[in-house]
Amino acid sequence: MTRTLAAPATSAPVTAPVNALVPAPTKAPTTTSIQLDRKPQVQYVLRIADTCLVHAQRLSEWCGHGPALEEDIALTNMALDLVGQARTLLSHAGHLEGQGHDEDQLAYLRDERDYFNLTLAEQPMRRSSGHVQGGDFADTVLRNFLLATWFKGLWTALQSSSDAMLAAIAGKAIKESRYHLQHSGDWVVRLGDGSLESARRMVAALDRAWPFTAEFFASDAVDEAAARDGLGPTRSSLQSAWLAQVQAVLAEAGLEPPATTPFLSTGTQGRHSEHLGYLLAEMQSLPRQHPQGRW
Amino acid sequence: MSANLRPSGAPAGGKDDPALVEWPLFEVFVRAKAGLDHKHCGSLHAADAKMAVQLAREVYTRRQEGTSLWVVKSSDITASDPGDKDMYFDPMEDKVYRHPSFYALPDAVDHM
Repeated sequence: MTRTLAAPATSAPVTAPVNALVPAPTKAPTTTSIQLDRKPQVQYVLRIADTCLVHAQRLSEWCGHGPALEEDIALTNMALDLVGQARTLLSHAGHLEGQGHDEDQLAYLRDERDYFNLTLAEQPMRRSSGHVQGGDFADTVLRNFLLATWFKGLWTALQSSSDAMLAAIAGKAIKESRYHLQHSGDWVVRLGDGSLESARRMVAALDRAWPFTAEFFASDAVDEAAARDGLGPTRSSLQSAWLAQVQAVLAEAGLEPPATTPFLSTGTQGRHSEHLGYLLAEMQSLPRQHPQGRW
Repeated sequence: MSANLRPSGAPAGGKDDPALVEWPLFEVFVRAKAGLDHKHCGSLHAADAKMAVQLAREVYTRRQEGTSLWVVKSSDITASDPGDKDMYFDPMEDKVYRHPSFYALPDAVDHM
């Protein structure tokens, strides 16, 4: 892009070259996506980081819309916990990747195919979207509960990671996930064991969310490599403890886990549902339009 | 898919519908650190005491204000009647001798 100056008002000859009057541009701002090195340990950490970040983005949609002032603050606090977890994990993923990408570049300058979150986290949560039913408070508390239970198991295992940074992040995050689990689990019981209407909504939310939980435990080569290196557990190793904890709370709520289906979502492979693109567009538009902006 | 639906007994949308009844008010007390008293810091709405403790944590300890929380239903507090204020508190106005200001302190007592 070229910049032009208005002609000087006087007819005196211009001695300085025009270019000297234009501030030299600092490093050119970029809005293009970064090229990610998808090595297994980077992808392993990004799966966790992206699930935190996308879940946080969905929870933050409740800000100003909570069913009660106090619950509005609670949901937003949990979103902020998750953003904090995502930030440290993204920074660490950038370090493992070794191309100098920082947390902001990884959050704001990656395309959908380079996001590796669990697909459940990107589903509409507060409002229905297009042809997807639901998206109400029952979906919110249930998803928070299913994911918090998963995170708690994951952080527990990651505390003994061979990667000291990952172990430290897990040690901090597990306290937050334990609280998210208590808060959301209480709501699952309240609504499941509440009125006819609240129970009906919990059943519907459970039917919507459950098929996506298969991906929570669908280990692949990335998981196997992480387990081999001592980086962290395979997803399949988290399943039995998760199921036992979830079933205990569902039983207290008078709910039953739906039947298993053959459906397997693939967000952790970078192949997402139609909802992530819209979420990223909203989350990334500002930093992409105003690169290096400060506020 | 089946769920064990437990009817609340109240018709949806009626005045006893639990979804439409406002949550009761709780008073919140926060202890800033070990050894200090729990201090009243505000109130909030919650469905029950268990939820009130969680929401008190969200609303009143976001900035490391506390290490311990108490909640009590506002309706369980019995307060003095503002109409009794003169009868209750005014008679203390002219009894300055109840303050320990008329004792000569030994020099060894520095802080009193």
